[in-house]
Amino acid sequence: MQAGQAVLFWKVLRRGFSLRQSFISLYLLVQVSKRLAIALLTLVIVSFAVFFATELLPGDVAQILLGQAATPEAVAGLREAMGLNEPAFHRFLFWLIGLTHGDLGISYANNMPIAELIHGRLTNSLKLAGVTTLVSVPVSLFLGIGAAMWRNSPFDRMVSVLTISVISVPEFMVATLSVLIFAVWLDWLPALSFGADVGSFSDMLRAYAMPVITLSCVVSAQMIRMTRAAVIETINTPYVEMALLKGASRTRMVLVHALPNALGPIANAVALSLSYLVGGVIIVETIFNYPGVAKLMVDAVSTRDLPLIQSCAMLFCVSYLSLITLADLIAILSNPRLR
Amino acid sequence: MTEKPHVSVKDLHVNARTDSGRMVEIIKGVSFDVAPGEMVALIGESGSGKTTIALSLMGHTRTGCHIASGDIRVGDNAVTSMTSRQLAAFRGTGVAYVPQSAAAAFNPSKRIIDQVIEITVIHHLMSRSKAETKAVELFRALGLPNPETIGKRYPHQVSGGQLQRLSAAMALIGDPELVIFDEPTTALDVTTQIEVLRAFKSVMAKKGISGVYVSHDLAVVAQVANRIVVLRGGEVQEEGDVDQILNEPAHDYTKDLLNAFKPATHVAQGQREADAEPLLEVHELYAGYGPTKDGEPVAKVLKDVSFKLERGRNLGVIGESGSGKSTLARAVAGILKPYRGYALFNGKELGAGIKDRTKEQLQKNQIVFQLADTALNPAHSIESILARPLAFYHGLRGAKKERRVIELLDMVRLPANIRHRLPEELSGGQKQRINLARALAAEPELILCDEITSALDTVVAAAILDLLKELQRELSLSYMFISHDLSTVEAICDDVLVMLQGEVVEALPASEMSQKAQHPYSKLLISSIPKLDTGWLDRVDADPVFAAQMADR
Repeated sequence: MQAGQAVLFWKVLRRGFSLRQSFISLYLLVQVSKRLAIALLTLVIVSFAVFFATELLPGDVAQILLGQAATPEAVAGLREAMGLNEPAFHRFLFWLIGLTHGDLGISYANNMPIAELIHGRLTNSLKLAGVTTLVSVPVSLFLGIGAAMWRNSPFDRMVSVLTISVISVPEFMVATLSVLIFAVWLDWLPALSFGADVGSFSDMLRAYAMPVITLSCVVSAQMIRMTRAAVIETINTPYVEMALLKGASRTRMVLVHALPNALGPIANAVALSLSYLVGGVIIVETIFNYPGVAKLMVDAVSTRDLPLIQSCAMLFCVSYLSLITLADLIAILSNPRLR
Repeated sequence: MTEKPHVSVKDLHVNARTDSGRMVEIIKGVSFDVAPGEMVALIGESGSGKTTIALSLMGHTRTGCHIASGDIRVGDNAVTSMTSRQLAAFRGTGVAYVPQSAAAAFNPSKRIIDQVIEITVIHHLMSRSKAETKAVELFRALGLPNPETIGKRYPHQVSGGQLQRLSAAMALIGDPELVIFDEPTTALDVTTQIEVLRAFKSVMAKKGISGVYVSHDLAVVAQVANRIVVLRGGEVQEEGDVDQILNEPAHDYTKDLLNAFKPATHVAQGQREADAEPLLEVHELYAGYGPTKDGEPVAKVLKDVSFKLERGRNLGVIGESGSGKSTLARAVAGILKPYRGYALFNGKELGAGIKDRTKEQLQKNQIVFQLADTALNPAHSIESILARPLAFYHGLRGAKKERRVIELLDMVRLPANIRHRLPEELSGGQKQRINLARALAAEPELILCDEITSALDTVVAAAILDLLKELQRELSLSYMFISHDLSTVEAICDDVLVMLQGEVVEALPASEMSQKAQHPYSKLLISSIPKLDTGWLDRVDADPVFAAQMADR
């Protein structure tokens, strides 16, 4: 950048932000970087926990890989070759350095790079999570805010009954029942969702319909209840009563006055529910035979594929942390007192 | 009066449903009128139904309440028979509301200007730019600083007194025919209150709007109202012109209210002995909050505070909010560790924090907090609340302990059987007595009273002050009495410290505060206290010395 341009740029900046505003945005920057630093620190601590927890798993990897018939010399050789004789802390550091370079290591079970193994599965999981988010978040917000707006009305009662029954029915039941109804009795949808053979848009809809419905049931209930509670809490504040006394309609009271102040808690509830969609969907992936990361991790545990387990655990943690951090940032941005 | 009243309330009944589903009548047949351009005050203690009546003028009742019967007419609108859509159209234009706590009534996440002009947006009264121009005019009329730009701020960025005036602008923007003021100055300091009252009064007079002013403070009402309606337990006790109510009250309850106001001159109990050792001596105390940097906290509050409190005498600490009064009490109690300076108690050095003090020092030096609601554990019975200090300081157990609990209750004039109840089952005044009894249980020599009467109604507060005086006679106590209310301090204290921004600006004898005050701030504070006299506000305004002091602020 030329010197003249830089000066001009600076002048525009100064004009755009008064001194006070630039002070505020600096404060905001500090807040945001604090959040990110905390997230990063959490990630390091979790990586430590994940690594040493998998170390504690019973059984010797070399022994398991070679089977019962292996000679002790062969086992010792393999241990040496895999670097298992190094001190655990050294291996942890190597692993951590590898992670920062995007090198997730090599799977013990089939000698493939873990990045490759995870890649396809993660795409599948994210697709499913994305579609579920697109369906469940708007529906939950609509139902939650609506229930709060018309509190104690038949609509509110209906939503309450619905969410409580969905919470109390386990997801395998929802999944099995929907297979029974939509795939077996009505024969509308395929019972299995092979991520691969999705050709057209209608195929995709058909393939995703049942897992998405099941997952939406699981994650929506909590979001609806938390949204309702957060909005009701702000409806009971004096400033919403003040809006009523100004002649505001109910819709205006809720959407203009209550909702912006409930954004923080709502964002947190949504993030908490959505974080479940990456790692917690093992039941749905199993029932619909959907090849996602949750299933990958369970397979990894059964084959004692430590690097794969660690990578999956880290992946879940990253997705969880990024959602929670995002929610925190929304909470900060929506509150002028924190901004 | 031949003129048709602007507002008429006839035989209003409001019912409330309790938690157990029972119906209780909280307003029992109230009737009154407001003439055009007149300001009528509704006066009463908490629970008298004054706010309920005021809100019902807007066709609004709080959750659980409903208007059971009666007629309310405002202008040509029959409020009691309007649909909710008609009510929404009526609110903001026909009648507007100025809330008790503007800090709570402003939405924290929206800019002030958007909230001030919201009425014009809701009712499609004018274009946005016109509304903003009008808002700025109102800001100017209400004496707000930077009227052009103050609207761009968020509510947390302006002071409490400014917010209260902004809320008046918010009410006046739709040119209502009636404005309801719901204790709009109760949460403010006296020095701020006087500015807000003056702003309200001039704007209302200029626009010729009728008003209903809800308050518990007779002196405030005397400045702004034309007529007073005295309420108690949801019924009108007395109604009349301000002068008649103040000078010739007919009803006993009105007389009680007025008596609670009369400054009771305090006679010192302890004899002043020149060579006697002071009970408490504070020497160049500094304290503050926040993380420490180089041994000093970031937010410094108390600066160089020194004073002496002699045995058997009472020291008042006055000042506006944020002046460091409560911080001083916390530092003396050891809750907050001062970072410089020290205190002597009975000639011995008092440890800085609670952990540094001996058990005897803790016992002799007790604190009573402002809000009994938050200071008393809601899950503990009164007996276990009082028994705790008895066991801790005196090791009392079993029957002995119970006898002492009953004694303590008797001391604060409460019946013995109250000990089995929970705090929430007591009234505000009773809770404050328990709060006091808990301090007495330790058998202290010094009690730090932090605004202990501020949250109470006038009559109840006067009774607590009487109790404090009696206890002092019986138990030879000394009080350090923190308050923003000068008449309370005058009623109980011998000496007064005036605090401003964490420093003691002046020490005065309580009985001659107004005569002896030298510091401009003390003078301002003393002259800002409303007098039970209708012409007080106008006279104060005319006082050139006072006007100059206000202008400096």
